Amino acid sequence: MAEKEKEKIEEEKEETKEEEIEIESYEQAIFKKVKSILFGVFSPKMIQKMAAAKIVTPELYDKEGYPVDGGLMDARLGVIDPGLRCRTCGSKLKECLGHFGYIELARPVIHIKFVDTILKLLRCTCRECGRVLIPKNKIEEVSAALEQIEEERSLEEKRKEIKQLSAVLRAISKCPYCKAKQYPILLEKPTTFIENEKRLSPIEIRTRLEKIPDDELKLFGLNPATVRPEWMVLTVMPIPPVTMRPSITLESGERSEDDLTHKLGDIVRINQRLFENINAGAPEIIIEDLWDLLQYHVTTYFDNTVAQLPPARHRSGQPLKTLTERIKSKEGRIRHNLAGKRTNFSARSVISPDPMLDIDEVGVPIEIAMKLTVPEKVTEWNMEYLKRFIEKGSDKYPGANYIIRPDGKRKKITDETKEAFLEELKPGYVVERHLIDGDVALFNRQPSLHRMSMMAHRVRVLSGKTLRLNPAVCHPYNADFDGDEMNLHIPQTEEARAEAEILMQVRTQLISPGFGLSVIGCTMDSISGNYLLTKELEFSRQEAIDLLYSIGVDDFSKLPKKKVVNGKEIFSVLLPEDFSYKGKSKNGEEVVIKKGQLIKGVIDKASLGSESGLMLRELHKRYGPEKAIELLKKLFKLGIKVLLKIGFTTSVADTDLPTEIKDEIKQILDEAEQAVDKLIESYNNKTLETFPGKTLLETLELKIVEVLNRARNEAGKIVAENADKNTPTMIMADSGARGNLLNLAQMAASVGQQALRGKRIERGYKNRTLSHFKKNDLGPEARGFIRDGFKAGLNPAEFFFQAITGRDGLMDTALRTPKSGYLYRRLANAMQDLKVEYDGTVRDATGKIIQFKYGEDGIDVSKSEAGEINVARIIGGKS
Amino acid sequence: MTKFKVSQHILVPKHIKLSEKDKKELLEEYHISLKELPKINKKDPAIQQLDIKKGDVIKIIRKSPSAGEAVFYRVVV
Repeated sequence: MAEKEKEKIEEEKEETKEEEIEIESYEQAIFKKVKSILFGVFSPKMIQKMAAAKIVTPELYDKEGYPVDGGLMDARLGVIDPGLRCRTCGSKLKECLGHFGYIELARPVIHIKFVDTILKLLRCTCRECGRVLIPKNKIEEVSAALEQIEEERSLEEKRKEIKQLSAVLRAISKCPYCKAKQYPILLEKPTTFIENEKRLSPIEIRTRLEKIPDDELKLFGLNPATVRPEWMVLTVMPIPPVTMRPSITLESGERSEDDLTHKLGDIVRINQRLFENINAGAPEIIIEDLWDLLQYHVTTYFDNTVAQLPPARHRSGQPLKTLTERIKSKEGRIRHNLAGKRTNFSARSVISPDPMLDIDEVGVPIEIAMKLTVPEKVTEWNMEYLKRFIEKGSDKYPGANYIIRPDGKRKKITDETKEAFLEELKPGYVVERHLIDGDVALFNRQPSLHRMSMMAHRVRVLSGKTLRLNPAVCHPYNADFDGDEMNLHIPQTEEARAEAEILMQVRTQLISPGFGLSVIGCTMDSISGNYLLTKELEFSRQEAIDLLYSIGVDDFSKLPKKKVVNGKEIFSVLLPEDFSYKGKSKNGEEVVIKKGQLIKGVIDKASLGSESGLMLRELHKRYGPEKAIELLKKLFKLGIKVLLKIGFTTSVADTDLPTEIKDEIKQILDEAEQAVDKLIESYNNKTLETFPGKTLLETLELKIVEVLNRARNEAGKIVAENADKNTPTMIMADSGARGNLLNLAQMAASVGQQALRGKRIERGYKNRTLSHFKKNDLGPEARGFIRDGFKAGLNPAEFFFQAITGRDGLMDTALRTPKSGYLYRRLANAMQDLKVEYDGTVRDATGKIIQFKYGEDGIDVSKSEAGEINVARIIGGKS
Repeated sequence: MTKFKVSQHILVPKHIKLSEKDKKELLEEYHISLKELPKINKKDPAIQQLDIKKGDVIKIIRKSPSAGEAVFYRVVV
């Protein structure tokens, strides 16, 4: 680790008296402020100075199993065994951070991470006198220009400029000072430098680098106080403390050393051999070979993924993880340990639906509730209450897991300690009690793409092992129940709880900032339920009261006092007395609500759905989020209870059609196929008229596709017109709960043309799609037209075509999701600190204007209705 | 061949040079200096027909799907 940062920490000397008092009463702490960080390269002197031991032998332990003095596990380098004390500083394990050692290399070695810099310096300086190849009079000029660039533009720009400069200097062939001839220097990767077809040894390189004067180093962006180029050629090497390469004792009692220790062992061993050979006056070839080997070991010690070198391996063949691999990439120190954050007081489990939960509740399994805790401070007034939790202990619900004494000591509550803690408990203690109903929890599903991906819910402790949520909030989380998992976090301070409740509660997130409509609304069952109710259902008054009572209504004064009440009247009971609304239902019919009475129209997705419910938006606007969520809760349950009462299922019989209609559809398809045959014939006769800009074949394709699609649409229309409107399938399609008319037509009539990349299916065998068609058959059935419906069943060829497009669709989604996800992420990161200022401008963190008016129209979408602002209503007060 | 006029093209929004007085008013309105304004290159084809120098402010009137017409300002660099 020659590249070692020297941190200059300027102590804040102005510690006021108040701070000192706080320090005494709290904990021994010294406050320092980092003013600047200076990066540099270690000099050999520095390495020796900071070392606690000189390492001379590759042996680790002696026969008794004690670390060898001067070995790689030298006791002066720190402690890794519990109970022992450090021989350098005398502290125990975990207190002692460890100390560096050093080894003296028999011959200098290039540091792999500085090869580029060394090459640049060698090329740009004189091989004889070591001066930069710029004439004396120009040096000042150049360095002034560089400084100016750094000041005016950026460090980045300066680096670019230096790069350009060194490219120019490279070409100079005569030193302007000593007139010595310069030769081009080549780098033979990874660490061999070649000049004039002769290899430069690290010794030569080092002497050249030594010659470069201090003040000329600035031209290369080096600060001579912290970096001398010759330090980039290692003569001594620091040995990292044992604490960063601890050995592990296996069950068999054998010791297994860290990868770094292995690598350092190699270095020390070869180094010793090199020393011995030099001293014994061995032939130059042997010394050179050993030197190269030392270079290899030192290089792989720093970086075991150098492209041109075979990575050093364990005996098992698995590559060693050395310094660079420890830091780099996703599993490296930076991204994994420093940037990767973990959190306590959180849970993750599979989710499942529970419509009986409130919209802003989350069902938590009791097992989780007994692990997650909420800290509660003991006061005179809640002492008895908290004692009840301690009495229960940690394995009975609702109990408590820990108490925290005023001095900050955490104590686990067990059956043995329970009694003592009950005695001991005083105001000022903190009890970490189990999660109970009503606690605040943050609920989250990844990917967290918008703020509604993490909302605050109230806890409801339930049996079972899954986290439960109301299906109405699936939409903002984009959750379904095919195995999705979600995370739960418990805020631990009053501030965090308050923040969660004010900013993140589900009710505060109703209106999406993206399109100005509620992201939470009725889905599936509750839509079809409300649709049926307001469309045609009638109940006896008793049944109606029964229904309403089951969803939590107990005031029936709004229900007409008749024997039989209709669905609209039941629905109206939920609406506020003064609510008036005019809107449209999904199929364009009018919906009228006057003074809290649904007078006309049916309630469907266009009124209640998430991302589309206009009535929901209106309710939110008139009565605020509290009332809106309360109403939504009831409307949702009403829909479900209605379906429960009348029973609702879908069956194959829904797609039944009368025989005449079937014949009609058959005729349409027959005609279409005949039309296609005619087209093909005219194509073969060359009588087909070509579209401009298209070939004859393309024209034919277009025409065929058009004819076939028209036929399918016509068939679909007939299905829609003639299907029984009262079948559950049609009800679901009409109300917008699930499915559409196309799905129905595909089941009842014809699946239609299968397309691959916007064309009919044409690949497969030579000139045909499947082997049982004739070659060059352009007919509908040979090119992926599926004449049958799903109910009638597909023939083998049709089934195969359907499988082709089905697979293509799956691949498409599987490949596109990560791509678009990354695209979105980049966008979100680029815009994350843009902010709308009070004057309506959008600015970045530095105050630069990005947009003069937010969204060019200055509209806050979350205060609008689907992006529009109704000024008349705001002025007039009412619509 | 007649020279193609960039500023006449339908996809190029209207670029207008602000007078010194308007420029001052603009900077005061938003409490900014020229540094905070978005930039436009002096050699931008859309402003070649204007008599401009560095530090001038260009007013751009664009068609916007959300607001009809949107006004934008850029400083020449």
